[in-house]
Amino acid sequence: MSFISYLINGISLGSVYAIIALGYTMVYGIAKMLNFAHGDVIMIGAYVVMAAVTGAGLPPIAAILAAIIFCTVLGVLIETVAYGPLLNAASSLAVLITAIGVSYLLQNIALLIFGANTISFPKVLSIPAIVLAGGSLTITGEAIVTIVSCIVIMTALTLFIKKSKSGQAMLAVSEDKGAAQLMGINVNGTIALTFAIGSALAAVAGVLLCSAYPTLTPYTGAMPGIKAFVAAVFGGIGSIPGALIGGILLGVIEIFGKAYISSQMADAIVFGVLIIVLIVKPTGILGKNIQEKV
Amino acid sequence: MKFKKVVSAALIAAMAMTFMAGCGSSNSGGQASSGGQASSGGGDGTVFKIGGIGPVTGGAAVYGEAVKNGAELAVKEINEAGGINGVQIEFNYQDDENDAEKAVNAYNTLKDWNMQMLLGTVTSAPCVAVGEVAQEDNMFMLTPSGTAVDCVKYDNAFRVCFSDPMQGLESAKYIADNNLATKVAAIYDSSDVYSTGIYNAFAEEAENQNFEIVAAEAFTSESKSDFSVQLQKAKDAGAELVFLPFYYSEASLVLKQAAGMNFTPIFFGCDGMDGILAVEGFDANLANDLIFLSPFTPTSEDEVIQKFVQDFEDTYGGTPNQFAADAYDGIYAIKAAAEKAGVTADMSASDICEALKTAMTEITIDGVTAKSLTWETSGEPSKEPMVVKIANGDYAVVE
Repeated sequence: MSFISYLINGISLGSVYAIIALGYTMVYGIAKMLNFAHGDVIMIGAYVVMAAVTGAGLPPIAAILAAIIFCTVLGVLIETVAYGPLLNAASSLAVLITAIGVSYLLQNIALLIFGANTISFPKVLSIPAIVLAGGSLTITGEAIVTIVSCIVIMTALTLFIKKSKSGQAMLAVSEDKGAAQLMGINVNGTIALTFAIGSALAAVAGVLLCSAYPTLTPYTGAMPGIKAFVAAVFGGIGSIPGALIGGILLGVIEIFGKAYISSQMADAIVFGVLIIVLIVKPTGILGKNIQEKV
Repeated sequence: MKFKKVVSAALIAAMAMTFMAGCGSSNSGGQASSGGQASSGGGDGTVFKIGGIGPVTGGAAVYGEAVKNGAELAVKEINEAGGINGVQIEFNYQDDENDAEKAVNAYNTLKDWNMQMLLGTVTSAPCVAVGEVAQEDNMFMLTPSGTAVDCVKYDNAFRVCFSDPMQGLESAKYIADNNLATKVAAIYDSSDVYSTGIYNAFAEEAENQNFEIVAAEAFTSESKSDFSVQLQKAKDAGAELVFLPFYYSEASLVLKQAAGMNFTPIFFGCDGMDGILAVEGFDANLANDLIFLSPFTPTSEDEVIQKFVQDFEDTYGGTPNQFAADAYDGIYAIKAAAEKAGVTADMSASDICEALKTAMTEITIDGVTAKSLTWETSGEPSKEPMVVKIANGDYAVVE
């Protein structure tokens, strides 16, 4: 019974990683940059929900929508102000450093506004837990919502990219920016759209993360952000199904490592597996090995 | 493009300046400690300069804030009553964000300010780091709440609170003496010196006691949001009591997750648990029947404690926790030792330290964390721990 319980916990944790990893992987696929501030957008999203529920007294659904809108605007704003001017002109290193700068900026803004104290995240998802096998297996409502949201988001995103015009434009930009521009695709608009979607997903991830683990500090987003980045690399950065597989695997390995090997070694095991995977397959599990044509 | 180049050149110049400024200040700090005995080593001779270091921002801000308030209250009272031997105290409190590197920076800042005695630091890991530097400078330091063994490794360092091993030992004894459980699980933060220190002493003492540790699970600061596995293992092992020797912010998650999986053992914590009811939005019912060791309880009927609690509430609005109490006693201990040793405000930090080293072991203070509090040469205080149990959403003392 505890095996199933560990498995469900692992998939649930992995689903959160997967949704965060989506943000990394989409932005990398299209803008070829690592948006290290992504984890902190998650934290901002969670604070917006918290403020909307406890401060403004909005119902949870409205609060989540408000957070999604806020993070979308924030994401586009960050892209326009901080990354946009650097994407074409400067080296990729400058963009990377800017991203780290934005990450610290967001953390410290949250620190100024909300303070450093740990806040218990309000209950926004009121789904009852499922108790199976006479009480020996409890699946929390949060775990169910997390897993279901992950599946829905993945399906919707895949459909969006395959079927819609903007989705096709994203694919084109990710393959060859210059050629896409020559074909009449609005490259900057597409990049902004990618940031918008990535940040909206960050808001959702923030709600799910803080519902499953209900504490909130200005540093809440940092560690899950890094783990999700690992998940994105693990699955093959730039690939959307790769983010899903990478995220879920990371979550399950982390929980199983803790449960069956050693709770002290959990992170060492996770990163050990990552190193082995990358040695065998340097582009990640689903990463494409595109050869440069000379 | 040209504009960008100008901007980046300006930024580089600014960075280089801050770099050099950083070197400059630490250099002058170093000189003050090694060379200047009379002029720069001591204060300006009109006030005693006491420095304080602790986290006012970051995850452990509740402790640093409490220590700051407790210490400032004591300083205010002493100054109103005429100061130390008629000399006023000036108190300067710096933030370290519970980070060892920032704590050492804060220490250097205070040294530049001509600090003569240090009340700090608040948390263990920064305290050990600052301890190393303070020992080189021969700066007297009294940590209100640094519980790690190494915090008072050197003879210039003393502490007001209990050490980690002491807490582990007392916890194990209390659980055994009161027959709270026969099967005990422990969850601890293996990346934290405080948590590991308590756990190790607890596990060692458990072997001599009438209970058994059925599960010992760890977590690290990198993965401190999911405790489902550790709790599941404790549940599967049939634990009747779960020992949680770590800070309250993680503990609030543990309690919540345990409730989510219908696991209701007795939860037992140490002094880091103090403050759990202050977590914004935390459902206090989850903490009902939680037991923890704490040297201070605001509900005590003791006269000294009542006066302290009242003054604290009047000044800061809110009940003081044990960190505020430790800091309050710490400042009074410094005062008592300074009066005993007869130090004067124009002495250098190093000379004051030499005098206070002996004086600390000779004083007895009637504090809020213990009656007749005394110190050993090792830097450890001698006092009895108190056990607090949460009932109906409030702290209550268990006699």
